[in-house]
Amino acid sequence: MPKRTDISSLLVIGSGPIVIGQACEFDYSGTQACRVLRREGYRVVLVNSNPATIMTDPEFADATYIEPLEPDSVKAVIERERPEALLPTLGGQTGLNVAVALAESGVLEENGVRLIGAGLEAIRRAEDRSGFQRTMAEAGLPLPRAGTATSVETALRIAEEVGYPVIVRPSFMLGGGGSGFAHDPGSLEMLVRRSLLSSPVGEVLIEESLEGWKEFELEVMRDGADNAVVICSIENVDPMGVHTGDSITVAPSQTLTDREYQQMRDYALACIRAIGVETGGSNIQFAVNPADGRTVLIEMNPRVSRSSALASKATGFPIAKVAALLAVGYRLDEITNDITGETPAAFEPTLDYVVVKVPRFAFEKFPEADTRLTTTMKSVGEVMAIGRTFKEALGKAWRSLERPGMDLGADYAAAATVSGSSDTSLIQGLATATEHRLQLVERALLEGHSVDVVADASKIDPWFVDQISEVVADAEALRGKRLGDIDRDQMLEAKRLGISDARIALLTGDEEPAVRRRRSKLGVQPVFKTVDTCGGEFPARTPYHYSTYEEETEVRSGERPRVVIAGAGPNRIGQGIEFDYACVHAAFALHDAGYEAVMVNCNPETVSTDYDTSDRLYFEPLTEEDVLAVCGAEQPIGVIVQLGGQTPLKLAHTLEEEGYRILGTRPEAIDLAEDRGKFATVLAELGIPAPMHGEARNLEEAGKIAASVGFPVVVRPSYVLGGRAMEIVYGEDELEQFVTTAAEASPDHPVLIDRFLEGAIEVDVDAVSDGEEVVIGAVMEHIEEAGVHSGDSSCVIPPPTLSDSELDVIEDIVWKLAKRLGVRGLLNLQLAVKDERIWVLEMNPRASRTVPFVSKATGVPLAKIATLVMIGRTLGDLRKEGMIPEDPAHYRHLSHVSVKAAVLPFGRFRGADTVLGPEMKSTGEVMGVDTDSGFALAKALVSSGSSLPSSGNVFVSVSNRDKRAILFPAKRLADLGFRLLATGGTAAVLSRAGISVEPVAKVSEGEPNVVDLIRERKVDLVINTPYGRGPRTDGYYIRTAAATAGIPCVTTLPGVMASVRGIEALRGDASPPRSIQEYLSVPRNGRSENRTDRSPSRTASSAGGEK
Amino acid sequence: MSARNTGPKTLLALEDGAVYEGKGFGAPGEIFGEVVFNTAMSGYQEVLTDPSYAGQIVVMTYPHQGNYGTNREDPESESVRVSGFAVREASRRPSSWRSERTLSGELEDAGVVGIQGIDTRSLTLRIRERGAMRSGVSTEDLDPDSLVSRVQGTPGMEGADLAKTVTAPEPYGASELVGPASAESGRVFKIAAVDFGMKRNILRRLAASGCEATVYPAETPAGEILSGNPAGVFLSNGPGDPAATKYGINLSKELLGKVPIFGICLGHQLLGLALGGTTYKLKFGHRGANQPVKNLRGGRVEVTSHNHGFAVDPEGWARGSTRPSSPPNEIPVIETQFGAAELTHWNLNDGTLEGLRCLDVPAFSVQYHPEAAPGPHDSRYLFEEFRKLMGDA
Ligand SMILES: Nc1ncnc2c1ncn2[C@@H]1O[C@H](COP(=O)(O)OP(=O)(O)O)[C@@H](O)[C@H]1O
Ligand SMILES: Nc1ncnc2c1ncn2[C@@H]1O[C@H](COP(=O)(O)OP(=O)(O)O)[C@@H](O)[C@H]1O
Ligand SMILES: [Mg+2]
Ligand SMILES: [Mg+2]
Repeated sequence: MPKRTDISSLLVIGSGPIVIGQACEFDYSGTQACRVLRREGYRVVLVNSNPATIMTDPEFADATYIEPLEPDSVKAVIERERPEALLPTLGGQTGLNVAVALAESGVLEENGVRLIGAGLEAIRRAEDRSGFQRTMAEAGLPLPRAGTATSVETALRIAEEVGYPVIVRPSFMLGGGGSGFAHDPGSLEMLVRRSLLSSPVGEVLIEESLEGWKEFELEVMRDGADNAVVICSIENVDPMGVHTGDSITVAPSQTLTDREYQQMRDYALACIRAIGVETGGSNIQFAVNPADGRTVLIEMNPRVSRSSALASKATGFPIAKVAALLAVGYRLDEITNDITGETPAAFEPTLDYVVVKVPRFAFEKFPEADTRLTTTMKSVGEVMAIGRTFKEALGKAWRSLERPGMDLGADYAAAATVSGSSDTSLIQGLATATEHRLQLVERALLEGHSVDVVADASKIDPWFVDQISEVVADAEALRGKRLGDIDRDQMLEAKRLGISDARIALLTGDEEPAVRRRRSKLGVQPVFKTVDTCGGEFPARTPYHYSTYEEETEVRSGERPRVVIAGAGPNRIGQGIEFDYACVHAAFALHDAGYEAVMVNCNPETVSTDYDTSDRLYFEPLTEEDVLAVCGAEQPIGVIVQLGGQTPLKLAHTLEEEGYRILGTRPEAIDLAEDRGKFATVLAELGIPAPMHGEARNLEEAGKIAASVGFPVVVRPSYVLGGRAMEIVYGEDELEQFVTTAAEASPDHPVLIDRFLEGAIEVDVDAVSDGEEVVIGAVMEHIEEAGVHSGDSSCVIPPPTLSDSELDVIEDIVWKLAKRLGVRGLLNLQLAVKDERIWVLEMNPRASRTVPFVSKATGVPLAKIATLVMIGRTLGDLRKEGMIPEDPAHYRHLSHVSVKAAVLPFGRFRGADTVLGPEMKSTGEVMGVDTDSGFALAKALVSSGSSLPSSGNVFVSVSNRDKRAILFPAKRLADLGFRLLATGGTAAVLSRAGISVEPVAKVSEGEPNVVDLIRERKVDLVINTPYGRGPRTDGYYIRTAAATAGIPCVTTLPGVMASVRGIEALRGDASPPRSIQEYLSVPRNGRSENRTDRSPSRTASSAGGEK
Repeated sequence: MSARNTGPKTLLALEDGAVYEGKGFGAPGEIFGEVVFNTAMSGYQEVLTDPSYAGQIVVMTYPHQGNYGTNREDPESESVRVSGFAVREASRRPSSWRSERTLSGELEDAGVVGIQGIDTRSLTLRIRERGAMRSGVSTEDLDPDSLVSRVQGTPGMEGADLAKTVTAPEPYGASELVGPASAESGRVFKIAAVDFGMKRNILRRLAASGCEATVYPAETPAGEILSGNPAGVFLSNGPGDPAATKYGINLSKELLGKVPIFGICLGHQLLGLALGGTTYKLKFGHRGANQPVKNLRGGRVEVTSHNHGFAVDPEGWARGSTRPSSPPNEIPVIETQFGAAELTHWNLNDGTLEGLRCLDVPAFSVQYHPEAAPGPHDSRYLFEEFRKLMGDA
């Protein structure tokens, strides 16, 4: 069955912004699919709202629409592009749900679009929990006792039947949203009410609790001729009850006999056939009772998933790519296995190594949130590590996480503290899954608890616990030893167990470099093996390597000069897919320039860890130990550290000390910019204004500085990313608390105190310099005022209100700094504009979060340009080659407007305050683009999930500081026909201004109050700018209630203005969508009509203050 | 201290001079045999007890072995059959509700030498490049040079007739081992199964598909087998060089045309030879649970379980020409002294012939293991085809 010729153009739906439960794994799968489908000669139309993705780069699809992933917007694209088929299975849950909506509303049929891969019926059977139950039962497949309910009453009845405890799970939900356990009718009722709301179809599954059972996943593929294979088996170390996305998982499965494994395989194949996924990949989850082996199916996802990305990286089998080929008619045996180059894809990969995935959490960002791991996914990213044994892989995974100390096992602070308390509490602690549970396991073993006691308490399989106990024993044997007394055997053994140099240093009370020297003296160095899908049975063509301590290395010597690109590591808040984007571009650019690009990264979700992306791939932690080992093996002409965010930047010094060249900006220059003290002197010396500031080592000093620079001030620790522990302090009384938290966040560094520029416009600049000249990618004007972290605020290209003279000044500052620091490559500058003055807030001598957004908006490939500059090309050359526009102010003259908006995870963390501040909290971003700025805004807001109401009730409650400025937008909303509700103070102000408003009670004023209204969804939009901070204030209750109820909540004035404009736009009629290929090719007019001079409302908002 | 550091220093030596140092587990001692690798990630207990591994030292490519221990249900014969076992790491602490003993304990009681802690991937790649080799594992002779030269003194697999060393001494009823044949699929067939080193799961699958088998020793004369007038004869898997297993070839010749025949692995090779074909030794064989085999009758791809070092030469009937490296699109038909036969099954990895079926006499066979154990169940349908062949329409 060769490829289908009845189709010539295809629509691929992406998965939108990075959110918890749906990260860049879908950029990886989407990119793979787009690439291969185009290679097959199909016209690929892509819709995705996420600008940070590789797949939305103009060259990956024939027509790329950066539009909201809403049925209506996608409908518009379909009507314009008329694709013949829609591939719904590559865009995660989001893509799948949009496809379903379009199919059900008849849009696909009307436009003659066929669903390929998985049909509507199949998707329904898998996604709707009751449909799944029925189908599995008919196929005779074992399930947990369960029933589905659409009402609380039925839920209670079912629970009685299956027996408590039960788990409640909504249909069509992502990452276990809205699910949880109920031990009695009371808790069940509460849970069901919530889940019914959160399920798009108002249906929940009530199921017998299998907490503590073993959890497994199989990744299955099926082709049109009904050939089906299992690509990978995955065993969860954390038992049932912890979402697979939050579990530490291992591939392949470790504790199943072949009998049980084959039975599971039979079930999986029967399942994919019964569901009726015609072609492509599916993820099927199982639970196994450790006492008797009873095996039940938990869930099937009829699409590529987070796990299939992991499985692809774990096995070398490109699931998404193959799924795309199967969807257009190929059979598994007609597709060649890229890795061997000769055998077909119709086989089951076999591993001769162990893969461990560990999730990355960000609880420190949400102090109020519950840190226990449950059936609702909470992790923001993950790392994968490969080793020859579970122990080695686990050790590598821990250090890949970049959570200081997490690879220290029992010595990790969180575990160590528990040890202080009694044995019982230590054992009890094991029963609760948290991100530190395995460190606790080590601690318990160290304190002499038996493997069985620990396994029993944690419900972690004894096999895993015993493996860990081997590491504990070895580590203890090293404790207190002198490095010099460690002989070759013991060192080798420690390394084979995955014990990091850092941990050895801690145990021996020495420094990491000393451990490194000792190792090389003893000749204990890692070798590199190859991931080849076949356990060595066939030669591998692709240099996809991992380090291990064995005898034989498989790295081939290269013909072309090699450049190592140090990647960005796990997704986390503050450092996500944007940095992977830059690394991928570097890999492509280097390859084209005749180098071998050597990628080092440990994030299985990314495009950078696809063996197709770089010339050589090393799936390794981004620590000195591991990156140095790669450099040792590859002997590169240089290393690129400025594209992967803060992670590789930290390695610059060590790499250079060990004799490797850092390409681009010198490490000293990096320091100059990163160290706020030194940077301030640079600014002073160049006469560039910066907010007054000082460094405090204690509270007293802090008080002095604050007094001298004047309140309000910004308090922050040094050497942190994403505004960690950063706060705006309005007076003495608050100072103490925040200075201490800041000190904790970064203990042995001073606390930095800056004058807070209140009501300033914040500006971001991304630029490239070759040391001689500078190319400005764009100046981005933020919508929210300075004080909201650049990562969380929305921004606009071209800058809507900044005057050309202001832009000239900003660009001049960039030139000065780039030259002074000798920047070679990318730089990001953040500034504040206030009272006609321009202040520099910070400079990042590296790729920034906004690089992909700027490139999409302007068509200038900043990361590529920076890479070429780093290997010696000049901007002049590149301009001649047309990579850089002639117009130096290109970005000012675009005829379309691009808006970036952030996506926030508050819905996931019940209880977390949703107010925006200088500490970054967003997980991802979206882009809205249109020739009309209002629409661009609206699209961005819609894509970011704050679905704007076009009518209904708006609740308004703002801080004194904002009371005057709110009048204008409030009036506008009233005129648009919205009903305004407000609490006392605000209501008074509004009615005095002649705006009709209904007063409602504050929480503190008893019931029924505003929070009740929000809970009952009687409010469609919440406007609440913070007054007073922290839990238990009215504002806090209002915002968290809105987050839980999923009602859009705007917490800044400019945000309000933007929303109003968006609402206005949405009411007008939209012009048909355009692809970015079109936007970027249209000739630019001299001066964009999208740049008016600053609107008065802009500066008005800085008036007043709450104190 | 971790597993790797326990156990005596042990050497694994190859005829090409390579020597790997590791730690011994299982029984101490010294053994020689052909070193081969198996890529299955689970099923070590089935592998250890598969009689086809007689005379071989098996290297498992998956690093962790023994994770779920061993139990009384999973063995493929009454004892461990491999000569030696080489792994990266043998689990000291198995975990499974069915686990009864450790891998190490199992080997120890069977008196089989195991070696762990070696770079099994490097060893595998070496075997891939140079082919299956004579080798030895010793906890006694720790002088590399002497061990290598003694390895070089041992005989190879080619020309080795091993079936008779592992076959059943006396005929017996399969039901003694695997219980009565299932009557679910209707009529129960009385069949004869010739044991060249038969895996127990074959008997289970036969019983499950309604075949009540009497098991005969490898060298049983055709007359004796036919005298029991079986509805069909099954030719089992087994170790060694098929060409050297003369009695098996002759038996097949005498049975062909007189009774329906189903052969697996060695049984398939013997049938091929009986049909006038030839066999050859593969460079390093197929051993694992992930081999893609295409059944040209219907075009389905089966993921199959393999364990063979020899194969039937598809060109054996038409001299001279060379073997295909990928399967043909049409089913090749060959002429034999027993009439025409179809070459039905092909390995998609390397184009090895994996199955054939006679058109003029009732007989078919496959090179791989439809009984799995270990491995996928994709090919169970072949046992049903055997029923059909015996006249179950
Ligand atoms: N019946 C159950 N008892 C206990 N835990 C369960 C049960 N069903 C699911 N879980 C846990 O909840 C997690 C999420 O459930 P799942 O059905 O996979 O939803 P999702 O669509 O979020 O993946 C699973 O990974 C598993 O750990
Ligand atoms: N002096 C200041 N006045 C007003 N806002 C500030 C000031 N300093 C920082 N901010 C705000 O805090 C945010 C984070 O500060 P920044 O220096 O960019 O830290 P990070 O290194 O985490 O990006 C900025 O985006 C800006 O909104
Ligand atoms: Mg799931
Ligand atoms: Mg910043």
